[in-house]
Amino acid sequence: MQFRTVIKGGLLAGLMALAMSGSALAVTLHSFNGGEPASLDPHRVSGDWENRIVGDYIEGLMTEDAHAEPIPGQASSYTVSDDGLVYTFTIRDDAVWSDGTPVTAQDFDFAFKRLFDPETAADYAYLQYPIKNAEAANAGDVPLDEVGIRVIDDKTIEFTLEAPAPYFLDALTHYTAYPVPRHVVEQHGSEWIRPENIVGNGAYQIVEWIPNSHIRAVKSETYYDAENVQIDEVVYYSMDDISAALARYRAGEFDILTDFPADQYQLLQDQYPGQAHVAPFLGLYYYVVNHNKEELADPNVRQALSMSINREIIGPDILGTGELPAYGWVPPGTANYDFDEYRPDWADLEYGERVAQAISLMEEAGYSASNRLNLQLKYNTNENHRRIAVAIAAMWEPLYVDVELFNSEVAVHYDALQNNDFDGVGRAGWLMDYNDAINMLELLRSDIGYNYGRYNNAEYDELLRESALITDMDARAEVLRQAEEIAMGETAGIPIYYYVSKNVVSPAISGYEDNAKDIHRTRWLSKSE
Amino acid sequence: MAGLTGKDAVLTAYAEKLANLDAPKGRSLSQDAMRRLFANKAALVSLFVMVGIIIIAFVGPFFVPWGVGQVDWTAFRSPPDLEKAHYFGTDQNGRDLLARTLQGTQMSLVVALVATLVSVVIGVIYGAVAGYFGGKVDAVMMRFVDVMYALPYILFVIILVVIFGRSPILLFIGIGAIEWLTMARIVRGQTISLKEREFVEAARASGAKPFTIIMRHIVPNLAGPVVIYATLTIPEIIITESFLSYLGLGVQEPLTSLGTLISDGSSVAEVMPWLLVFPAVVLVTMLLCLSYLGDGLRDALDPKDR
Amino acid sequence: MINYALRRVLSALPIMLIAITVCFVILRLAPGGPFDGERPLPPTVLQNVMAHYNLDKPLWEQYWIYLSGVLRGDLGPSMTSYDFSVSQLLAIGMPFTLMLGMTAFVFATAAGMLAGAVAAVYQNKWPDYLLVLAVMIGLIIPNFLMAALLQLAFGVHLKWLPAGGWPGFSIPHLILPVLVLSWPHAARISRLMRGSMIETLGTNYVRTARAKGLGSRLVLARHALKPALIPVVSYLGPGLSYLLTGSLVVENVFGLPGIGRYFVNAALNRDYGLVLGTTIFYVVLILILNLIVDLVYAWLDPKVRYR
Repeated sequence: MQFRTVIKGGLLAGLMALAMSGSALAVTLHSFNGGEPASLDPHRVSGDWENRIVGDYIEGLMTEDAHAEPIPGQASSYTVSDDGLVYTFTIRDDAVWSDGTPVTAQDFDFAFKRLFDPETAADYAYLQYPIKNAEAANAGDVPLDEVGIRVIDDKTIEFTLEAPAPYFLDALTHYTAYPVPRHVVEQHGSEWIRPENIVGNGAYQIVEWIPNSHIRAVKSETYYDAENVQIDEVVYYSMDDISAALARYRAGEFDILTDFPADQYQLLQDQYPGQAHVAPFLGLYYYVVNHNKEELADPNVRQALSMSINREIIGPDILGTGELPAYGWVPPGTANYDFDEYRPDWADLEYGERVAQAISLMEEAGYSASNRLNLQLKYNTNENHRRIAVAIAAMWEPLYVDVELFNSEVAVHYDALQNNDFDGVGRAGWLMDYNDAINMLELLRSDIGYNYGRYNNAEYDELLRESALITDMDARAEVLRQAEEIAMGETAGIPIYYYVSKNVVSPAISGYEDNAKDIHRTRWLSKSE
Repeated sequence: MAGLTGKDAVLTAYAEKLANLDAPKGRSLSQDAMRRLFANKAALVSLFVMVGIIIIAFVGPFFVPWGVGQVDWTAFRSPPDLEKAHYFGTDQNGRDLLARTLQGTQMSLVVALVATLVSVVIGVIYGAVAGYFGGKVDAVMMRFVDVMYALPYILFVIILVVIFGRSPILLFIGIGAIEWLTMARIVRGQTISLKEREFVEAARASGAKPFTIIMRHIVPNLAGPVVIYATLTIPEIIITESFLSYLGLGVQEPLTSLGTLISDGSSVAEVMPWLLVFPAVVLVTMLLCLSYLGDGLRDALDPKDR
Repeated sequence: MINYALRRVLSALPIMLIAITVCFVILRLAPGGPFDGERPLPPTVLQNVMAHYNLDKPLWEQYWIYLSGVLRGDLGPSMTSYDFSVSQLLAIGMPFTLMLGMTAFVFATAAGMLAGAVAAVYQNKWPDYLLVLAVMIGLIIPNFLMAALLQLAFGVHLKWLPAGGWPGFSIPHLILPVLVLSWPHAARISRLMRGSMIETLGTNYVRTARAKGLGSRLVLARHALKPALIPVVSYLGPGLSYLLTGSLVVENVFGLPGIGRYFVNAALNRDYGLVLGTTIFYVVLILILNLIVDLVYAWLDPKVRYR
């Protein structure tokens, strides 16, 4: 059987690498990583659980520090033109692939073209659309050669953007901007990702992959910062049952859990003080309002629905992990957006008063105990979504609203949302792809597919378009804020809470910094036995 | 194919015994059986407990101060609390667990009954038709049953539920539609031996249509195995339903079932034990009673002892 | 007998075809596709992806492409696991699934028969009651609950056994999964065994043997055990396939690398290729097992000859 030799080969390489590392006792990090990765190819992955592995074995021009702030990775330095349109990167001299081949500008050029190639069908190619002609090339409208990337020499590469994008450096830390080893991909084609072929340029290299169980990576000796990498071996475990994962953590089998059941938060705090990390996370949990439903086209009705949601009890009581109540659209802590989060006037009223006002809004709109509003509330199957839906349905009851709860699994749910096939409201969530307010606000732009509720406001669209052309950061932020105020002023969608990241980290691990992107590269961690 | 409680094997053995017996299986059998059933103490107690559970599940909600979907905004995750009348505590949504357990019991019972009914109806008609007509019809129909046996049925239930949504009605029908195979086999065997008997011959001679003969003369004589089958099927369906709930494919909110309550409760067994213990006790009691009842019925109807 | 086996194998082919077709059609009837997720794909990308998997072709053509692939032994690509084909995923998971299933099967059969025999011999005495209770526990506690409770008790609190994982072959890691998986199965076997054993113990020839003055242990072994086994054997086939397909829960709770959970995950994610591949795998497995059991049964019980 071919596969067995693969594993053995991988293990052997791993053991050799361990032996070479020279330390008497190899330090192994056992990390519960969530779902099974769909791929390890940076152009095919789409989830944070894949990002954690891919980001350990490949590194882009920019990478994340322990606080997930962008810092130069494979690049030693970069310059930005005055108009903010041209970025030039110099690649480190000591940047090499794990097989010893130097990392070159051509590798990056090859990778970006592979990313935009319609044949690759990369899910997240659009994250690099700020690059000139990228969107057109990805759609197959212009040849890949016309994408705004130019190789100046082996170690210098230049990017030209469509418009100034202050978040471009941050976007370059994303896995869509990772290089791939051109020499290996050209030799093995799609098989390059198999453990016997795989080559990376990151702090770790993949040595073993057993689907539905784990992926094992060992420290790469060719990595430029290898001397500062403390952990010799990482095992990323894939499991779907997070309660079971917590049990295994408590049994001492895992060092890090990248998620934990909210109901167990109290238990963790009591029995394992300081080990549960709950931190603000750049993302919004919201309810999409279908603007094509006649009854919901009335902004007063939408406002009444939003007002009567008691967000203060959702985080602490219903979920139990203290998610922050959300009244605005852009999460606090978003970069290039130095405002307090948006709060409507009614947010400060006492809850009973809010409900009373909401009821009178509904009565003005013609609803009463005998003339009730029938709403469908769609959510995808998940314990937390269910609880919130149940609670909100109960909160809406005094407003003469009858809610029909309707759950379906993810694929069906999002299929319905995209086709605007929901008769009322639908649950949705957005985790920001890069740290900029525009990424949130675009969800409400009328010409974008993610605008499930089909909110359509010409003024709003115009403000977003305008913002893309402004190079002055503060002025741009003002325009974006104005857009947020317009959308929230007429309750374009119903924000519920800002996400928090939930991790459990063993006290043996140090160097773990909570951050708003919830990215913790293994190279910054260390483990004491 | 592989039944969860092994009833397939039990029933097949039972059916063979029935087929080898020439004695008429008329009304006297059921009277006999009733007498024997009531002599079996475990079965009798189980019967009473079961009837009690059914009554409480359907009448109880009228006496519980809290509604199924009613949220007590002052009591989230509350352990059993006599003052606020949350005798079983509340869940993470502040809903009364007693009310929800009663409703869940109703749902589990209804799921089990309807699914059993579906399987009995399909199985009896299918088996009787195959057995009565015999020959090619029989061969083709039984070949189909063999094919169905070879398919990993739980996988098909999952596909069906995934595809056609979570409505309880579909859940009943989906589960029931897969449980009829053994029934069909047993009924076919019975029918083959029944159709040679005088009263069927007489009916045929008097010109009755095949369908009439099947419905009026054959089906009523199948009461014994059908009753046992039904009793043994119910706990199996309850377990299957709880397994589907574990997979997140159970009934839709705000409705609930014992399986859903238990699978939700099992992950918080340490922090909110009441969410697991109360529904689990009800489920275990029910399954235990049904199991003793099934055993009792089987013993009572076993023709070997006649 | 070879003739019989051959006929059985041939008759299995249409079953396979029906299973594939039914599964194929049902899957395509389902709402949602493999690429509808939390983050919907931009239309241009979606088009590319659909073309990549031939999903933009007419349904009959896709069916034909798939079938001809299966005939060549190629189960096609998975739509949720890009780096492995369906055949590779199944090949990797199969050894573990078979090993777990077989271990549980052997354990359950041995424990079930022993418990059943002991209970029958001590009918209505305390060992019988105790064993019946153990059997009941296996039958009435849903396996996901049993798995979670055992994991908590032995893995977290007592720390006697690993709470999960599969770091390569290791007996301690196997104990809890095998226990959870085999308990209900052992319970069923012991019930069958107890019933048929009580029956044979009451038959004339056993009583005669006893009257002849043979030791009771010898009577048990020689005269009662063998005939009592027949109904048990007839249950082994369905039982084994139940164990093999039923590993989903233990794989989930204990984080084991089998193929049981592919099915549900793949069905939920509309991974058409993986659902079909897993179905084919299980159907083939069950057909083979049934064939083996039928052959064994026919060999054991001369009354049933190869029809």
